Amino acid sequence: MLFSKKTAIKSSNSSAFHDGMRDGFPIGLGYFAVAFSLGIAAKNAGLTPFQGFLTSILINASAGQYAGFMLMAANASYLELIIVTLIANARYFLMSSALSQHIKPDMPLYHRFLLGYEVTDEIFGITIARPGDLNPYYTYGAFFVASPCWATGTALGIIAGNLLPLRIVSALSVALYGMFLAVIIPPVHNNKVIGALILISFAASFAFSWLPVISTLSSGTRTIILTVAISALVSILFPKELRRETQNES
Amino acid sequence: MNHNTYIYIGIMAGVTYAIRVLPLVLFRRQIKNQFIQSFLYYVPYVTLAVMTFPAILQATQSPVSGALALITGVIAAWFGASLFKVSLSCCVIVFISELFLIS
Repeated sequence: MLFSKKTAIKSSNSSAFHDGMRDGFPIGLGYFAVAFSLGIAAKNAGLTPFQGFLTSILINASAGQYAGFMLMAANASYLELIIVTLIANARYFLMSSALSQHIKPDMPLYHRFLLGYEVTDEIFGITIARPGDLNPYYTYGAFFVASPCWATGTALGIIAGNLLPLRIVSALSVALYGMFLAVIIPPVHNNKVIGALILISFAASFAFSWLPVISTLSSGTRTIILTVAISALVSILFPKELRRETQNES
Repeated sequence: MNHNTYIYIGIMAGVTYAIRVLPLVLFRRQIKNQFIQSFLYYVPYVTLAVMTFPAILQATQSPVSGALALITGVIAAWFGASLFKVSLSCCVIVFISELFLIS
């Protein structure tokens, strides 16, 4: 193995990229459907198809972009846009923090800068679900497929938001949730705490969606509050055993 | 005052990128604290679970088809179907059930 270490790394990077493209496909499918409806919001804000494409390829954030388009439509100030973007996307800070613990300390810095561009809910989900240390090429592969779908979907939504049959949009819109389930459910086999965690999260999220006052918060803000509160509570009650540093090294 | 669309887009892009990249660049080492380690370990599951439910019930034309998609997805994922298959089975169940639910 030692002789061909470089070749082995290269081929494992390329197979990781291919795995990423494979897993990025359903993400792209879901993105396309969601972006289509996002495009309608962008159109209301007065964006051209090119501007919609540009926004989506640069930002890759559903709720954050939606909030942004609303502000643009209202001719809001730049400061308002900064604050709302911070709030709507704050959960990515938590996701990136979690990701940072899966990166080998010796990974070149430029990978961190590239990965930072690609932390969406879905790509984060599948990246974190891969066992062992994070291989950035897997993430790049998924992003390479999914992001253009997102951007193209947005542009097409601006051009022809109402042309895709509602039945198809409805069916495609659960693709993202299916992916989330594929990420969170299988580990329950080996860790019952995660099963309880999921049930608590479902219940609390449901409660938050109808409780007075709280239900008026944006879904991004509710996600942050619930994530911090539930993760902290379970960490106190069932602290995870410390991960040994050599655990994932071959 | 009228605002420039490209400045709007630039602000959104800059702020969003900063939020995502800062933890990756700042937290370069393994965090030793057990609480923070546990916390970051649980974060993905909670975030994804919270974003899935009850949103999945509102994503479709009928909450019933959304609920069916949730059940189908959980079962498929539990029995080890791939990401793509879980996702696809959710889409198919929504499409089929809405043929009956939505006339």
